[in-house]
Amino acid sequence: MTALAALIRRDIRIALRVGGGALIGVLFFLTVVVLMPFAVGPDLALLSRLGPAILWLGALLASLLTLDRLFMADHEDGSLDLITMSRTPLELACAAKALAHWLAAGLPLIVATPVLGLLLNLDMIATAAVALTLLAGTPALTFTGMIGAALAVTLHRGGLLMAVLVLPLSIPVLIFGVAASQAVIVGPMTFGAPFSILCALSLVSLVIGPFAAAASLRHGLD
Amino acid sequence: MTLIDLANPTRFLALTARVLPWLAAATIILLAIGLYQAAYAPDDYQQGATVKIMFIHVPNAWLSMFVWGVMSIASLGTLVWRHPLADVAAKAAAPIGAAFTFLALLTGSLWGRPMWGTYWEWDARLTSVLILFLMYLGLMALWRAVDDPSRAARAAAVLTLVGAINLPIIKFSVDWWNTLHQPASVMRMGGSALDKSFLIPLLVMAIAFTLLFLTLHLAAMRNEILRRRVRSLQMMQASRIAFPKEMAAGSRDDSASKEAGAA
Repeated sequence: MTALAALIRRDIRIALRVGGGALIGVLFFLTVVVLMPFAVGPDLALLSRLGPAILWLGALLASLLTLDRLFMADHEDGSLDLITMSRTPLELACAAKALAHWLAAGLPLIVATPVLGLLLNLDMIATAAVALTLLAGTPALTFTGMIGAALAVTLHRGGLLMAVLVLPLSIPVLIFGVAASQAVIVGPMTFGAPFSILCALSLVSLVIGPFAAAASLRHGLD
Repeated sequence: MTLIDLANPTRFLALTARVLPWLAAATIILLAIGLYQAAYAPDDYQQGATVKIMFIHVPNAWLSMFVWGVMSIASLGTLVWRHPLADVAAKAAAPIGAAFTFLALLTGSLWGRPMWGTYWEWDARLTSVLILFLMYLGLMALWRAVDDPSRAARAAAVLTLVGAINLPIIKFSVDWWNTLHQPASVMRMGGSALDKSFLIPLLVMAIAFTLLFLTLHLAAMRNEILRRRVRSLQMMQASRIAFPKEMAAGSRDDSASKEAGAA
């Protein structure tokens, strides 16, 4: 337990200090959301209708782009080998790393959501709904993305290949995340049904992600 | 003859060389019977002649999921049993599965235009099959991106098993989300909802398509084995050109047998 706590603390510290790059994700999120009004035109009514979708897309891309550093940096300085050889189960270590990554890179996105909601002309309830769905859904993005990150480090290929592999897996999260936030704004569905499925997706990925990532690290590293 | 005996690629090649012509012949005969029966099946009272798209569309859709299932079993073979031909099977199946999925989507959209009034609808079944198609393409990209086949095999195996989660979602999407695509009517509790005049040609076509997949899959596996042999021969040749002295000094037999064993 202490080993996992130490791993989480170490990863968060590395991510937040110079060279960590966790906060670049927030900056990217901001940039993507600011780009959208240029693409669809500054029509406030349209923007408030598209708002949840734009915020979700931005968060999806931001969490995807920060993911390829999840194992790569540790692989470069050798600490990944120590983690795979340590007595702590690799699955738990992977889960701890993903949790640390989510705390350092995922939570800031959710904190930034209210500010970006203002830019997109979302009212208070809609912003709160989007932030809540992001809080429930981004863990799923991190934990499924971790599989891609583990593949990327074992194959020495990152970037586009990882995006191609991970993005199809994140489509259900996107569907139910946007559906839940749209339900609050326009109806007619209830908020509860898609939100519960979103939570279920997060819980499932919480179980599957660490196992798949650990399997690919164990079979792929040499 | 067990699965372990087939671990020897040479034995596998010899066996498939004998089996393949029979499989191909059976495929052609069944396809001919199925197409004939499908062509002479009665028109539907609502859909008219367009119902005949079903005889192509449904087997393609079944096969698109069946192939991923085959790949998942092959992936277990790679990760758990370390069967030497498992990754060959997984790699050879991916493009075939992608083709079946693409045809299912294409025929479905051609069928959807007269029936639903649209080529494409973001319905749960259609979307999940599209995701399946994207995952096939992603797997193929993964195989192409890595030059070492065994390293790519293990990564692809993990990804295939993760992607297998999509299969039950596709199967039950029409029951969970009651949207445009019709629910299952061939295999369901309380007998099939299809009339015999449609059901029999459909089943013949399904068997024919499964045989077609087996034929194509075995042929593709043979090609993949031969491709790997060519690759290791080329690498031996290249190392002979690059290090002529070391190869002549006697390590040639040793490395040659290793390379051939890997192939």
